[in-house]
Amino acid sequence: MPAALAKPPTPEPKAAPSAAEMGARQREISVSEFFTKNRHLLGFDNPRKALLTCVKEAVDNALDAAEEAGILPEVVITLEVAASGEEAPVAASQATRFRVTVIDNGPGIVRQQIPPIFAKLLYGSKFHRLRMSRGQQGIGISAAGMYAQLTTGKPVQITSSTGPRAATHYFEVQIDTKKNEPRIFESKKIDWHHPRGTQVTLEIEGRYQKGRASVDEFLEQVAIANPHVTLVYNTPEGETRKYPRTIQELPPPPREIKPHPYGIEFGVLLRMLHDTRSHSVSGFLAADFSRVSPAVAVEICRTAKLSPDARPRNVHGDAAEALYKAIQATKIMAPPSNCISPIGEKAILHGLYKQIKGEFYTAVTRPAAVYRGNPFVIEAGLAFGKAPDQAAPAPADAPVVPLAEGEERDDDSELARVIRYANRVPLLYQQSACATFKAALETAWRNYGVAQSRGALPAGPMVIFVHMGSVWVPFTSESKEAIADYDEIRKEIKLALQECGRRLGMFLRRRERAKSEFRRRNIFELYIEEVVEACGRLKGGKLPKEKLKIQLQKIALKRTGGTRTDAILGRDNGPEGLPHSIIVTPDGPEGDAPALPELEPAAAAPAVEPPRPGKAKPAPAQGRAAARGKAKGKPARPAKAARSVKPARPARASKPKAKAPKRGKR
Amino acid sequence: MAKAKAKKTPAAGVVEKKLISVADAVITAADRAKDPTLLIPVRSLANVNFNEKRGIIEMGKRKQERTFFNVGMAKKFMQTVLVADALSELQRAELTTSLREIYYRTKHTMKGSNENTFDNQNESDPLIEDLEVSLSALREELHVRAENAGSIVGPVVFGDDGDRVDCARLGKGGYSVPSIVEPDFIEIRRCTADFVLLVEKGTQWNRLSEDKFWRRYNCVLLTGNGQPPRGVRRLARRLHEEYKIPVYVLVDNDPWGYYIYSVVKQGSINLAFESERMAIPKAKFIGLSSADPDRYGLPRNVGIKLNDKDIGRARELLKYRWLQKKPWQDEIKRMLASGLKYELDALANKDFRYLTKTYLPRKLKEEDWLD
Repeated sequence: MPAALAKPPTPEPKAAPSAAEMGARQREISVSEFFTKNRHLLGFDNPRKALLTCVKEAVDNALDAAEEAGILPEVVITLEVAASGEEAPVAASQATRFRVTVIDNGPGIVRQQIPPIFAKLLYGSKFHRLRMSRGQQGIGISAAGMYAQLTTGKPVQITSSTGPRAATHYFEVQIDTKKNEPRIFESKKIDWHHPRGTQVTLEIEGRYQKGRASVDEFLEQVAIANPHVTLVYNTPEGETRKYPRTIQELPPPPREIKPHPYGIEFGVLLRMLHDTRSHSVSGFLAADFSRVSPAVAVEICRTAKLSPDARPRNVHGDAAEALYKAIQATKIMAPPSNCISPIGEKAILHGLYKQIKGEFYTAVTRPAAVYRGNPFVIEAGLAFGKAPDQAAPAPADAPVVPLAEGEERDDDSELARVIRYANRVPLLYQQSACATFKAALETAWRNYGVAQSRGALPAGPMVIFVHMGSVWVPFTSESKEAIADYDEIRKEIKLALQECGRRLGMFLRRRERAKSEFRRRNIFELYIEEVVEACGRLKGGKLPKEKLKIQLQKIALKRTGGTRTDAILGRDNGPEGLPHSIIVTPDGPEGDAPALPELEPAAAAPAVEPPRPGKAKPAPAQGRAAARGKAKGKPARPAKAARSVKPARPARASKPKAKAPKRGKR
Repeated sequence: MAKAKAKKTPAAGVVEKKLISVADAVITAADRAKDPTLLIPVRSLANVNFNEKRGIIEMGKRKQERTFFNVGMAKKFMQTVLVADALSELQRAELTTSLREIYYRTKHTMKGSNENTFDNQNESDPLIEDLEVSLSALREELHVRAENAGSIVGPVVFGDDGDRVDCARLGKGGYSVPSIVEPDFIEIRRCTADFVLLVEKGTQWNRLSEDKFWRRYNCVLLTGNGQPPRGVRRLARRLHEEYKIPVYVLVDNDPWGYYIYSVVKQGSINLAFESERMAIPKAKFIGLSSADPDRYGLPRNVGIKLNDKDIGRARELLKYRWLQKKPWQDEIKRMLASGLKYELDALANKDFRYLTKTYLPRKLKEEDWLD
């Protein structure tokens, strides 16, 4: 606040400082100081969340770097309990200090860039360009370092090598919070057993707790949305979890785009007018924005009553405002969508299938859409049901307890789970504030045969996957926890979820039809027993009960479709032959034929996956067909399955769609 | 409730045969490879006729088929057979029992499943009524009794299991009306009352009994605590028939009160086949009438606003063939027009004993009732 604006001195001389005194107190606030005080804005509100945020920032950076360099990422995350002072080591669940180490196989960082990247806020490569990436602002990892510094006083340790022949540099850095500049504690060359990559170690105060919004859940969800990544996670309890890669190729690299005129604010336009290298307004419009052709630029100038040849630097005040309005009023093509790299339907299916046990999976990638001039893509997926091994135990080994009045068998009372992603990063907090969650609530799941109470998520064993990819994901806060609720975004999410829902509905109806036939037979068998017994008693025991029973069973068989039901249910395929695990491809319900006895599918499918996704899908199909063969399926079945699955799946997986625009450009 | 020995009535053997016919239906159908089917008369408004000459509701001829091999009906069919079995067991053992005991007797988990034959009593109760109508056997004949949900006090003497019950000497509590009051079970030895007053609510019956209203006006006070059970209705009918005394009905002024009166008078829709024995076509509606608030100066603020359900029910009543007389149409329309219903208890607004001291005496004196 300028001193001139301070209040005039009040009559009491003692209490009120003079304008000069007040002016002397004014000074600059560094970003680092600001965030030290407001660490909750960056996701460090409590120790548990802080631990997650540190892992998240480090993993995001590792993946972004590797992908940008065209390397299939391999990331090792290690959490260790750090002893604080003299205390004896404690159990992970009790510990308050952790050492977080993240090692990637990325391109490495050149020596002079290491300190600012890790110890300077708002320093990064991603803020100034419009391109889809996990990180956006250049705050994350340095904020994590600052948090470490704040809670344990330990500097961030970085080891990085740019290649097998380059030197490996080791740094220990902290941030100078006043100046927002790195302070280097240690800088040396070391020997490192990794040929290339970066290792970051942070020692922080945190809490390790499993369950919702835990590090474990985060990494599991990363694995779902990034099937091209290999993750190794060493838990603080000493366990090692591996999430192997199931897709052997990188997603197409997203391209950088220029801003779309609809998406910029007035102030930004002024700055761009000032900074441009063009000599005319029309040239500026055409060169610095996407989708503005020279013709459109001239049209905008005409609407703004501005000479197309005016010098951009001379356009300010009313003229600039007129120009801004003219831009909004002119019809301009939607921004190109090749700046976004969707995960793709096939990859989502893979990810879900690998991590979540279920009976039915589906995935949808929507065409690109635009909010406020920013292109975005919505993808949704669904995993439904319980795998056979998770389903209720067979009645044989669990004695059935008769139900008392008012009791019910609790099945499917759980609500669906929504897993949310923005640019492939899982969002774990503030679910209810997120556009994805709202869209999931608004979708009328009942139409698809899933129970849903008013204002709640659908009920049932179901995981709903929603991903938003965009050059600029509108988060509700700096800690990137929830996607802001733009109408355009919510609408797209709903459309995607509805498509998933339709497919699920088809699957459920199909299964229900077969099941109800079976149930009919089954209940008749039960009831015949009862009726025959009661009739026997009514007749005073003078009834040939067996004869009556057989007669009634014959009628039952005749009335309910008999052997046909057996065939639909695959019962002639063995006792466990119910079609439990089904993946419906975006081709629709045609692909739901294969019955998949769940024989290590997560491991088996990827193992036989060929590296090229162009002819991708046959692999799992063959794998499963083979697996079924082992399970002594009828010879006819695998053949049938292969017929329907093979052509269906690969045909549409996201690949060709995502590539098309790129090829066009080249 | 302990099981009491039922008297062997001549009908016993006949009823048992009727129950066995259910099993026969299954066996015959099975022999012919047909779907076993039971025919059950429809118990709804659509299948009752109002016999204007006799003033009672009679059951129509429409029947519904209950078949075994139909997913929607299979369980009900099975349950019906089970209930028939339990009822025939009662016949053989000469026992009477309650609806609830029948439910427990027939409930079990079906072999090789986790499904119960019955999940709650609501499933078994209607089946007993189904059997009553389809076999045209009365509930007493099936040896099923309801709760003793009624009370009686006044100058009447019963013989019950050889005991002499003088209802004038039972204090203010009165005699609890058994659910089966057929002459074989209850004998009316003497009745010197001038009329029977059937009160909907127990609370108002208590008020009248406490005030010895019955002594002053020489009447029998009867209540069924809400919708009167069969025992109460049947007893009122017997007093009315055997001693030629009129029956007056005192109910709340709301659609449910009107319907209680109509059940007492013409019989119920659900058990129309019982009207023959139960209905009292000459019963009079003494109150609370929708004209009473005006006539007796009840303030508007003791009324209760009619809710949507009340209004819907009242509109249905307007369409009943047995409520087409002008005074009745006026009565119901007046209630709808006022938008209010009144409980009997509201009379206490004027005085605790207003019902005994003013309201009923004036009603009786002015013969202010509806037919």
